[in-house]
This record gives sequence, structure tokens and C-alpha cells, in this order.
Amino acid sequence: MSGFSATLNATRHSFADLKALLACASPLRSGDQLAGIAADSDERRVAAKLALADLPLKHFLSNVLVPYEQDEVTRLIIDSHDAAAFAPVSHLTVGEFRDWLLSYQADTAALAKLAPGLMPEMVAAVTKLMRNQDLIAVAAKCRVITGFRTTLGLPGRLGSRLQPNHPTDDAEGIAAAMLDGLLFGIGDAVIGINPATDSVPDGIRLLEMLEAIRTRFDIPTQGCVLAHVTTTLQMMQRGAPVDLVFQSIAGTEAANKGFGVDLSILKEAQDAALGLKRGTVGSNVMYFETGQGSALSADAHHGVDQQTLEVRAYAVARAFKPLLVNTVVGFIGPEYLYDAKQIIRAGLEDHCCGKLLGLPMGVDVCYTNHAEADQDDMDSLMTLLGTAGVNFLIAVPGADDVMLNYQSLSFHDVLGLRHLLKLRPAPEFEAWLDRMGMLSEDGRLPPPATETLKKLVSYE
Amino acid sequence: MNDVTRDIWARWRGTTKARIGLGRSGDALPTAPLLEFQAAHSRARDAVHGTADFDAIAAALQPHPTIRVRSQAGDRATYLRRPDLGRKLDPVCELRPGVYDLVLVIADGLSARAVDHHAASVAKLCIEKLPDWRIGPVVLAEQARVALGDEVGERLNAATVAVLIGERPGLSVADSLGIYLTWAPRRGRADSERNCISNIHAAGMSHAAASDLLVWLLREAKRRQLTGINLKVDASAVLPPTS
Repeated sequence: MSGFSATLNATRHSFADLKALLACASPLRSGDQLAGIAADSDERRVAAKLALADLPLKHFLSNVLVPYEQDEVTRLIIDSHDAAAFAPVSHLTVGEFRDWLLSYQADTAALAKLAPGLMPEMVAAVTKLMRNQDLIAVAAKCRVITGFRTTLGLPGRLGSRLQPNHPTDDAEGIAAAMLDGLLFGIGDAVIGINPATDSVPDGIRLLEMLEAIRTRFDIPTQGCVLAHVTTTLQMMQRGAPVDLVFQSIAGTEAANKGFGVDLSILKEAQDAALGLKRGTVGSNVMYFETGQGSALSADAHHGVDQQTLEVRAYAVARAFKPLLVNTVVGFIGPEYLYDAKQIIRAGLEDHCCGKLLGLPMGVDVCYTNHAEADQDDMDSLMTLLGTAGVNFLIAVPGADDVMLNYQSLSFHDVLGLRHLLKLRPAPEFEAWLDRMGMLSEDGRLPPPATETLKKLVSYE
Repeated sequence: MNDVTRDIWARWRGTTKARIGLGRSGDALPTAPLLEFQAAHSRARDAVHGTADFDAIAAALQPHPTIRVRSQAGDRATYLRRPDLGRKLDPVCELRPGVYDLVLVIADGLSARAVDHHAASVAKLCIEKLPDWRIGPVVLAEQARVALGDEVGERLNAATVAVLIGERPGLSVADSLGIYLTWAPRRGRADSERNCISNIHAAGMSHAAASDLLVWLLREAKRRQLTGINLKVDASAVLPPTS
């Protein structure tokens, strides 16, 4: 089969191949328009969805979007596909698969068993037929639990990354932001610093600072300096206290090459981190960030739409049993996700697709100053993700990242969401907050008592 | 409660511009920091969506001649969605080739404010510091990305092009100017073939320091016939001489 078509309102719409069909079926976003692959009318978009709904899921097994011979991500997807896990849905079309995912039959256990049988392209396809409500409902049924020093993804819990960035990596400035976040109960997923300069000595200095504060207060969490994987490898070789290996990844071999990584270097780093045996409650040692549009930005998209490529990045992530994966959904800018509507939709898609593939999915709910979005929109996305059971959210002081110059959530936002939806931090971290005297009897975190403030903030 | 917080945080405030120790109204931001954030965001958005006052810039540059051009992105919404169009000259723009060592392009980029506040002054200083150079008319470019300078430089037959452009505004600084320098500009140049000076604003690099560094880079580019990753800024170019 080479082409697809559907007739709508007496107009026949044809789609040259699977790539074109998926791109046209994707909800409108500026990145696909920039790539020249988006549907040019709303009617054509729905026609593509109609044709896609009738496509058997099995079609994806024999029709790859990026050639197997040219792309190690495609090879990873095909070679690791679990046919037995796929069996329960192998007879379905994409449209029937949506119905199945929403059915009561597809419960948490069924979805967990199915995950290794799903290819990213199938997951991308079915979510193109879903409304936001579907993306939330299906994601909320998925449960992905990981651990290092804290256990993340448990029911009734919402993790958080504390992101205490500083434009010059000043240790005091970073410590100040860390202490501020800890007072809001933030940091159970990771305390993760984006370094201003990607260097081995600077990274080691920051890791040692993180380690000093963590051990000084005996905080059950993990630290991470989000340097390039090759930098982190060198830091480990020099004996630095590396908990997690971070890397940005994308959905094609060429885009990953643009990031300076391939599957073998990620494996090498994972093995090195596992060898350090620093986890206490689990041994998930990898942390990945992704985001729609990164492959187009690297001119490595092969004519595939940005949502499908994003889900292919999750296939890379799942090969390394990560502790944390998050999409940095609004960071890339308006040429890929133009406004809050597109950012919110993409955030829900990314979360749902990651969860369906069995990833411990978090989201950096964020935007840049040239996107049509503001903090009100972040409130909406954060609340939707909280109801969807997101594993963790990222928070920075006052929602303002002074190093990366974009806006994320504030510590206040995540704390407020936890209280609103009755979600708690990871159990080990929650016990620490309790030991520090920061929790009230009902488990909430009220404004801190003076004594607690002094204990933390007077830290030398 | 808030007074205690302020006292305790005072020791850290000098260490970071991050919004720490804001206090709490329940779980939310107190009103004052809430509105302060919105004020900062409004500055940044107005900088993105504002229009550079190129008439004032042209007047400030006199007697040096200027030319007005625009990209193929017809308006701001198109500019933000279509970076490819912001890199191409509108076909109506007329540029006649000359014999120029340097062409300066002042481009609105993502911050009209940065251009209004800093571009004319930096350009004038640069022109004054290069009396022996053949400098073409200053090109004032609307809805322009950095790479528009490649086509401008190519059509004017310039040996080097320096694009002074408004950087993406942050909450703390909405008027930061960047300069991108390209030897032998022509369409299709990669970013790795340019040198960049960034963070030119009141709390960052001064106009004098930026023009000094630009002039140093220009002379090196001319001497070595290149820009980009192989042209590293020598420490002596940026550090003041030690006494």
C-alpha cells in the first residue's frame, strides 16, 4: 500500500504515504507548518484522521517512517518490539485502538503489560485521534514507578524537580534557590542544575556542592548537573558524586548526532552510573529531556511530523530504564509551538505518549517570552497534568529561570497543586519533610515555622 | 512571618537574581511579587511586539547614510512562526554592490527596545573607531533574523557584515543587544561561521566595551580572512590592561 485517502464533504483527500498521513492528521502546530507538512485546511486534517482511524496497527510493523538502514532509532524500535505484548491489540485499527485504550478493559495492569508491544509511531497515531480529555484519561490509567533515593510515580503522589539555575553557576546563588525550594517541599524527583558552562571542573564543583547540602541535611533525593553525557562520563571517571546521568535526546539518529550522542554512548554512561551503586531504593540512573521540534530544528526530521518524532525519542529513553523523563514543552519557541493552545495540547500528548510507552513521564510546564502564552496558561496545563497523573513537574524560584531566560512553574505553583489535588511528595522525601517539622498533621506544608526557616536558611 | 522571612533571606539576595524568599499567601504568591512578575513579563512582551524606531536610529547615525530593508516576514506573527522568511530579503529591496570592508546591519530581531536603546550608539562608536575602513551604508532591517545579514552583505558586496540585533528578552533584561559578525557573507552561511557578542545592555556589556570588542574581531577577521569557531577572542581583547 503506498497511498491513503478519505472523502469528506464530497471532497476526496489523498495522502501520498504514511508520513504524510500522520503529519496531516496531527493537530495544528507551527512546527509542522514550518516544515511544510501540515494539513492546509481543517477539512484535510479531519480527512487524514478518518483515513488514519481505519489503518490497522499492524501496518506500522512493516512500514517504517525513517529507513531502518539509515537510522539506529528505527532499528532500536523494530528490533526491540515485543510481539507477544502487542498481541492483545494486534487485530485493531488505530481508531479501534483509541476505543480500546479508553475502555474499562484497558486498566492499569493491562496498559503496563501492553507497553513493550507498542511502537512509538502507533502511540503517536492513536493520540492524534484523541481529544485533550482522552489524553488525560488514558495517561491517568498508566502507572510507571521508578526509584533511586526516592520512589517516584506512586499513586497519590506528585514529584518535583527543583531547578536552582544561576547565570554564572555561583554556588551561593544556587544554594539560595535550593533552600527556597526545599521550604516548599520541592526536590523529591531531583535537584537538577542546568550548568551555565558545560565543563568537567565546573560540573564537579556543582555536584560536590549538591552532595554537601544533601548529606548535611540528610535529604533523601538525587542530585544532577545537566551537563552533556560525555562531560558526565568524565566527571564519573574523576570520582565525582554522580547520581544521575542527564542527556537531551531526540527521535532520529541524525537529530541525536546533532546533540552529540548515540545509543552506545548512552549505554556506556548508564553502565558507569550503575557501577557507582549510589541509589538506595532503586537503580534507575538516567534522566532524559525531550521536546517536540528538536529534530526539525536540527534539520533531521526526514519529513516526519514533530509529535511522531517526539514519541520516537521516548523509544530511545525506554531502552535505558530512566528515573525521569520530561518534555520541555514550551521551551523551543513559537516557530514550533505557537501559542498556549499548542503548548497545552503538546504537553498532554507528550505525557500520555510517554506513559503509554512505559516511561516515568514528567513535564517542564513552560514558555518563552516570544510565545503567545503566560502564567495563566501554565496554571491550566499544570492542573490538567496533575489530574492526568504526571510523575513530576519542574519548578524554579518565582517561575523565572534567570539562567535559561524562560518561565516555568514556581515552587508556589507545585505546592498549591499538591494541596489542591491532594497529591503528596515521594514517600521518602515526605518523611524527611516531616522529620524537619515542615508538615502539618494533615500532611500539608503550611508556611514554615521560624525555627525551620532558621535551620535551613542559616545553613553555612 | 513575612518580616522573619525577609530578614533571613537578606543574606542570600545578593547572590542571585532568582526570585527567592517571595513569601506566601496561603500557597500562592503574595500580591506584590505577583504584580512585579507581570510587570517584568509585560516589558519582555512589549519588547518582542514593539516596532523599532528606525527613523530615530537613522537620524542618530547621520551623516552616515542608511538604507531601509525588510524581510519576507510581513508582520510580527509571521516573523515569529517563520524564521526562514525572516532570513530572506523582501524582493522589493534594492541594494547596489559597492566596495566595502564592512556593512553594519541593524535588525529588530526579538527586541525592538534593545535596538532603540543600544544599536545606533554601538554602530557610531564602531564607525568612529575604524576611520581607515570603507564602511557601507548602515542597513536598517525590519522583521529580520541574523542570517538576513548574509544576503544583505552578499548583495552589497561587503567583505564582512556585522548584524546588531535585539536578543530574545528575559524577565530581568528586555533590551539586550547581540552582534553577529560574518566574514564573506553569502546566503547559506552556518552559525558556526559567525562570531557573537551578546548581552549588550545597561547591566551587561557597555557600548564602549562592545564596540571595542567588535572592532578587535573585525580587524582579526580581516587579517585572517575568516570568522567563526576558528576565530577565538583573545583575552587581551576583552580584559582591561592590568596596571
